[in-house]
Amino acid sequence: MEWTFVDGKPIYMQIVDILRDRVAGREYLPGEKIPSVREIAVEAGVNPNTVQKAFAELERQGLVYTDRTSGRFVTKDEAVLNKMYDELSSGYINELVTKLHNIGMTDNEIKDAVSRCIEKEKI
Amino acid sequence: MSIIEINGLSKSYGSKTALDNIDIRLEKGQIVGLMGPNGSGKTTLIKILMGLLKADEGNISVAGAFPGVETKRITAYLPDKMTFPSYMTVKNLMDVYEDFYYDFDRSNALSMLEDLGIKENQKIKAMSKGTKEKVQLIMTMARKAQIYLLDEPIAGVDPAARDYILKTIIGNYNPEAVVIISTHLISDVESILDDVLFIKEGKVVLHESAEKIREEKGQSIDKLFREVFKC
Repeated sequence: MEWTFVDGKPIYMQIVDILRDRVAGREYLPGEKIPSVREIAVEAGVNPNTVQKAFAELERQGLVYTDRTSGRFVTKDEAVLNKMYDELSSGYINELVTKLHNIGMTDNEIKDAVSRCIEKEKI
Repeated sequence: MSIIEINGLSKSYGSKTALDNIDIRLEKGQIVGLMGPNGSGKTTLIKILMGLLKADEGNISVAGAFPGVETKRITAYLPDKMTFPSYMTVKNLMDVYEDFYYDFDRSNALSMLEDLGIKENQKIKAMSKGTKEKVQLIMTMARKAQIYLLDEPIAGVDPAARDYILKTIIGNYNPEAVVIISTHLISDVESILDDVLFIKEGKVVLHESAEKIREEKGQSIDKLFREVFKC
């Protein structure tokens, strides 16, 4: 995934979002080592202190943990991972539903449209 | 103690005030953007920190000392103008740097030259403006200095080289060093900065953490700059 940042939102929060998506998308598997601060900083073109702050936030959320000698790893804790999935998916769904309500769709129309969309994806 | 401390610094060129009673403190481990329009005093400030210009008034401390021989040993400076003798080859230049600076890492310079496709036997005078700037930056960044003063490091190079240069600055990050980048190409550098310093007509009008600006003002540094320096 590309590292692109939007204006007006702290970059560390945007890095947190991108890394969470990577964990959710199984780009980094549970228990797997994630890249170092320097690697992410160079890859994303951002300040290492900013990446450090993003990692601290991910640690606070329990999504990654540090092994003092060998680096940072994605948690294997099912509960934490499930909570993250729930938060991510409900965030995306809320955004979608709000936008569709804003353009005047009813609940049933939204349900139908989503079902049709899923059917189409299967083909 | 802060790695750079400036108190009450003023400097004039004849009747023209370049810096007007400036106070700045910078901590090590930071990458700082020095931003302001042309003629705002950026280069003057950098030259004073480098010990190339003398302040009219004020106290300046670079790693605990007044700018001079001792601080030049630990300061890597990228001037705003080309200073290399044009008859030299890249190899000659590296020899000079190795002689002059105990902290020059030749293997690091060689690997950066290779990344950018610059040959050791190329002469400075046969280089394009952009290539000269790249060589100048490589020589500066190949030092393991405590203070990096980069005066407009990305102004004259193409966007791909710009990305490479910024990644080089990030890749060389050292928690014991401070990097000062003067530029007006703000959108290109803002993601790599810890702190932002805005200089306007010789005065510091803003010294703030870049992330705090994004969070509190809800805008990019570039937009804020355009607001503060609106013509």
